[in-house]
Amino acid sequence: MSATAVAPRLLGVRRRRLGVLLALLASVAVAVVLSVTIGSKSVPLADAWHALTAPTGSENDLVIRSLRLPRTALGVLAGLALGVAGALMQGHTRNPLADPGLLGVTQGAAFAMVASIILLGASTLLTYIWYGLAGALVASVAVFALGMVGGRGGPTPVTLALAGTAVSALLYALTSALVLLDEQAMDVFRFWQAGSIASRGADVVWQVLPFVVAGLVLALVNAPGLNALSLGEDVARSLGQNIPLTRTIGIAAVTLLSGAAVAACGSLAFVGLIVPHLARPLSGTDHRWLLPYSGLIGAALLLTADVIGRVVAPPGELEVGVVLALLGAPFFVFLVRRRKPVRL
Amino acid sequence: MTALPLRVGVASWRVRLRGVALTLTGLVLLALLMALNMRIGDIAMTLSEVVTGTFDAGSAAHFVIMELRLPRALTGALVGAALALSGALIQSIARNPLASPEILGVTTGASVTVVAGLVAGGGVYGGVSGLLATLGVPALALLGGLLGAAVVYGLAWRRGLDGYRLVLVGIGVAAVFTNVKFWLLTVGDVNDTSRAMVWISGSLNGRGWEHVAPTALALAVLVPLTLLGTRSLDALRFGDDTVTALGVRVNPARALLILAAVLLAAVATASAGPIAFVALASPQIALRIVGSGRPPLLCSAIVGAVLTTGADLIARTAFSPIELPVGIVTAVLGAPYLIHLIWRSRK
Repeated sequence: MSATAVAPRLLGVRRRRLGVLLALLASVAVAVVLSVTIGSKSVPLADAWHALTAPTGSENDLVIRSLRLPRTALGVLAGLALGVAGALMQGHTRNPLADPGLLGVTQGAAFAMVASIILLGASTLLTYIWYGLAGALVASVAVFALGMVGGRGGPTPVTLALAGTAVSALLYALTSALVLLDEQAMDVFRFWQAGSIASRGADVVWQVLPFVVAGLVLALVNAPGLNALSLGEDVARSLGQNIPLTRTIGIAAVTLLSGAAVAACGSLAFVGLIVPHLARPLSGTDHRWLLPYSGLIGAALLLTADVIGRVVAPPGELEVGVVLALLGAPFFVFLVRRRKPVRL
Repeated sequence: MTALPLRVGVASWRVRLRGVALTLTGLVLLALLMALNMRIGDIAMTLSEVVTGTFDAGSAAHFVIMELRLPRALTGALVGAALALSGALIQSIARNPLASPEILGVTTGASVTVVAGLVAGGGVYGGVSGLLATLGVPALALLGGLLGAAVVYGLAWRRGLDGYRLVLVGIGVAAVFTNVKFWLLTVGDVNDTSRAMVWISGSLNGRGWEHVAPTALALAVLVPLTLLGTRSLDALRFGDDTVTALGVRVNPARALLILAAVLLAAVATASAGPIAFVALASPQIALRIVGSGRPPLLCSAIVGAVLTTGADLIARTAFSPIELPVGIVTAVLGAPYLIHLIWRSRK
């Protein structure tokens, strides 16, 4: 094919990809508007705008500013983080079963939180989350170190996956033993485990924001290297890739992103499992597009599920984790059945 | 490696001497662990009392051994073997070391029905406890396990069964079941949650002959069946096109092996709950000990039995008199060993 024929086609692909990106951004924006206005108390759009720009201290203003806004912000952050982390994780392990929890973040966070409640007497959400975050980071560093020494010349996908599963199973067992011995910790643990972004407050958003931002930057830096790696390690090496460095950056990004999201919101790691499979048919296997698509789909999905959870069982709410499982997973199964899955 | 051919009728296997030696060592270790386990109870016994009590019908300990301790020890060993064999089959079929009966919806499906039963049965809706009492937790678990597997299989089937699609559908369905389980745990009274957590972890407490029989029956039927299927299993590693070219009819072979894996896991889960990690770790441990291309079936089963029995021994002695659910210890025991094997494989 001549160069003149290739150029317009490439241009068309890029235009299509930008179009999809804009559509996904728009869907996140719609989800944000829904999340701010809909709930056990519906707030008209005009009032919501008023509360943001010129608050007067009315009831609606309070609901919007102290409850809905932090909740929405946390939903966007967690969705972005888990979507991107999931795509990175599946790319690095080349395993469609890999979710961000594979590095041990979920069980690391759970164990640290439960241990902090029982052994250190932690009692407020803000302190649990610090411990959860620390636990997530320590667990994933341990998994990564183990995968590193287990593989030959850097962590290989299989050893990483196995090391993650082993460490997670160990931590989950210890957590189960602790909550079986302490009923108060069990009560906190079961609600965290269900996965929720409700009643977290603005301070929690500020707590996780730096981790998510750092993780997103690392993820974008990692994308071209990951593309080369997905051609196989030999090809990547001959293209001049520093493979251990690329792997380390990727895993660090996954740790920061999923650790922050899971510590704040509970067991939602499977968002990261499902979202990349939804994004891949739109983006193809190019990680420079797959990562942003996954992040945006994650955010839109998480917020939409949260809004549905608020209205579906009045006067109570359904945890976002449950709604996501009940809506997102069947949709995922439908997609898997309908098209031939894009292989990693 | 030294290997001997073994033929029975039309079927033939390569029997590797290293494998035979390891199998025998495993069986001896298993017998020893079971005997050590049977010492524990309201009346502590010595090892020789256990041995005479088992084989001498006239001895004082015979009744206690036969009615209480032997069935519990056998349940542990058989359930461990069944789970591990199921895991080995699924990992071979899916060609994925992370696959386990969870992927087939068995353990997660059973967890949902049992947790729903325990949460609804206790506390708030007292009336349902009658239903739960008649049905029994094992029946509920068996029902949930088979339903879960049917859902996964039905959704994954589309003009044939693609291993990759099966795995993807499996994780989707597992996500639904797991989160419904999490939600059910938040609905009930915290005491019911604790009871449900014990079952979810997998426990051998108070297991009797009624738990031994179904698992033993399932193993007796399914182990020979799966061993006959090893040729197909070896072939399935190479991808569908190659397999067809090798003259194996892919879909019937795979469907039968999956059915065997589902039944093994469902029966084991009904007896002792979804004991964590045995199905996932045992095949990987056996693979690394034996050093073969895919998880070896018999060795995996023996590793599973040893792991579960050893874990039960620790679960009963570590914090005595408090008895931990065995599933907690299988993970505490199996995970470091798997980590050690990964560590050792570096070179």
